[in-house]
Amino acid sequence: MTMQFNDETFRGDYSYFNSPAAVKRFPFPFDQDSYMYSVNIEQHPGGPKGSPFEFAFDVDEHYVAEMKDREITLAGDPMRCQSLPHMELAGWDLLELIMVSKARDYPELFKLTRDGNDWHWVNKPLGIEKRFTFLDPTTLPCGPMEYITRQAQGDFALLHEREGNLWLDAGMITSQADWSLDFDVGMNFFEWHAPVPKARKMGVFDKALKFLLAVGQDQSYRRLNWTMTVNPRLDTSPENYHKWGPEKRTVTPENVGKKQFLRVELQTFWRLPRSNALAFPIRCYLANLEDIASQPKWGRRLHRVLRDIDPDLAEYKGFAVNQKYIVDYLSQFDDGAETSPGIFPD
Amino acid sequence: MKLALKVTEVEQLSPLVKRFRFEDPKGASLPVFSGGAHITVDMPEEDAIRRNSYSLISDPYDGTGYEIAVRREDRGRGGSLYMHTKVAEGDDITVSLPSNLFQLDLRAKKHVLIGGGIGITPFLSQLKQLEMEQKPFELHYAARSREEAAGLKLLQEAAHIHVHISEEGARMDLGAILDGQPMGTHVYTCGPDGLITAVADQTARLGWPKTAVHSEAFTAPPPGEPFEVVIASTGQTVTVKADQSLLEALEAAKVEIDSSCRGGACGRCHTKVTACDGRILHNDHWLSEGERAAQQDIMPCMSRFKGTRLELDL
Repeated sequence: MTMQFNDETFRGDYSYFNSPAAVKRFPFPFDQDSYMYSVNIEQHPGGPKGSPFEFAFDVDEHYVAEMKDREITLAGDPMRCQSLPHMELAGWDLLELIMVSKARDYPELFKLTRDGNDWHWVNKPLGIEKRFTFLDPTTLPCGPMEYITRQAQGDFALLHEREGNLWLDAGMITSQADWSLDFDVGMNFFEWHAPVPKARKMGVFDKALKFLLAVGQDQSYRRLNWTMTVNPRLDTSPENYHKWGPEKRTVTPENVGKKQFLRVELQTFWRLPRSNALAFPIRCYLANLEDIASQPKWGRRLHRVLRDIDPDLAEYKGFAVNQKYIVDYLSQFDDGAETSPGIFPD
Repeated sequence: MKLALKVTEVEQLSPLVKRFRFEDPKGASLPVFSGGAHITVDMPEEDAIRRNSYSLISDPYDGTGYEIAVRREDRGRGGSLYMHTKVAEGDDITVSLPSNLFQLDLRAKKHVLIGGGIGITPFLSQLKQLEMEQKPFELHYAARSREEAAGLKLLQEAAHIHVHISEEGARMDLGAILDGQPMGTHVYTCGPDGLITAVADQTARLGWPKTAVHSEAFTAPPPGEPFEVVIASTGQTVTVKADQSLLEALEAAKVEIDSSCRGGACGRCHTKVTACDGRILHNDHWLSEGERAAQQDIMPCMSRFKGTRLELDL
């Protein structure tokens, strides 16, 4: 397998695009024609060959461009990457998990050679070759979590377990759906979820926390979450709201199909062995309405979901202002036919 | 997921305590773990599998093998006796992956570890982790007599490792240990309930924050009189034998139930009671006093029942 990496941007001229193959493997998040919260958790990795669920950490055509975008964001705001002092061990755990997984799943792209704690890492797409000593931070140019997450798509949160709760004590967060690591760092599970409407009353968080605390070293899991973003922008952070917030007002009935993106988060959960911390990678996938509607089942279903969604959720997910344009646009793809169960295209 | 391993070493540490080492039969590396973690060991006998959890005592970053230390409980329901009388070098043994309900809080400025009797076990892996992490700590190990103190063979002599043998007049003085510890110290206790309570009382008197006081008391399920339970969804009756836990009986009857620690500490097997005519004998550390009194919840890994009818929401 040879992978082509797109030459594309996630800001400025927004030249981001999905190849036809990338559209087909897009993790469409709706398994039915309506949406409400659920603890929609499955085992991970595992899924159809070629799907983003097949491997522990999916690498796709956007890899190199996403890593460049992360570099730009970090250069402008180093606080997007923070690790409280007691989380360094969890950072090593995460580094090991990602390096071992990528070298196993993508041998043509990544290579890891280990002799005790003497490690040799080769990352061909990014042109990196590094010898270092595992668990010795002086042998890396930065902390272990930062080092490896500059080479892995998606955001990463590391959660410390104590007092029957989980604490957001470290993270690399540059492609977030409007939340701030600098604001949330050190918070517990209920604190950082406080802005989510309705869910606490529904008991969703109590169940989710109980589930997460029980995740064992031998089991990892995933769920899909979603929101909507105008333009293919990874850095939709509160810190930069002034840059992307006004872009919501640039949507017109003519350009909505190209400008309005469905933003899907593939969230996974891993118990880390040495630190007993939980790793919570949040991988972001973007596809505009045109891409989505190229799969007839998805066009029909997305129309129904966004038309009938609870107004509080449309507001929270930030697309209420353009909901009419979006629904009007998608209605042309909805002939009223039944849709098949599951998330995959027909 | 389970690990199919071989018993590669059995060592008598004291008259009542044996050490066991398990390795992968092909020499593959086992998953590393965190200090304070435990594994669950399968003990198949005739018609059912008994399962006990034991703290890992080996180096947490060493994947060449797992080690546990087991104290023989002659009045237990047979798990430790099985380990002592039926498990020998060369045997196959099935264990769970490590999981941790007693982890170090690595935010601590200093760690004080207090182990009573066989309660020394979780600290043996923790102190290896603390040494590797180069964190300040002191360990206190209390035992009745030198002969009974199985941990002595597993502890190095070091200035920060203190052994208190009560028979020799060197009873552990918790006040002296805990008073004057630097701000930000965390204390961890494992051993008899009395020791855990004494540390909790002492730290409360000294004004320690509760979040800096940790303990682990999980033990093997106790035996008792046989009893029956009814499964609400199917009407099936399950008999729990004297030397079986309710959880083991449910597993043998193929009733679907979640579980992890098998010592009443993790909460995974928490089950609602839909009818109770009698008294639940709560032996766990999970339910609150109020929940125990209400008799509407049970932890099947540890607790038993005496009465005419107990119906479980399963």
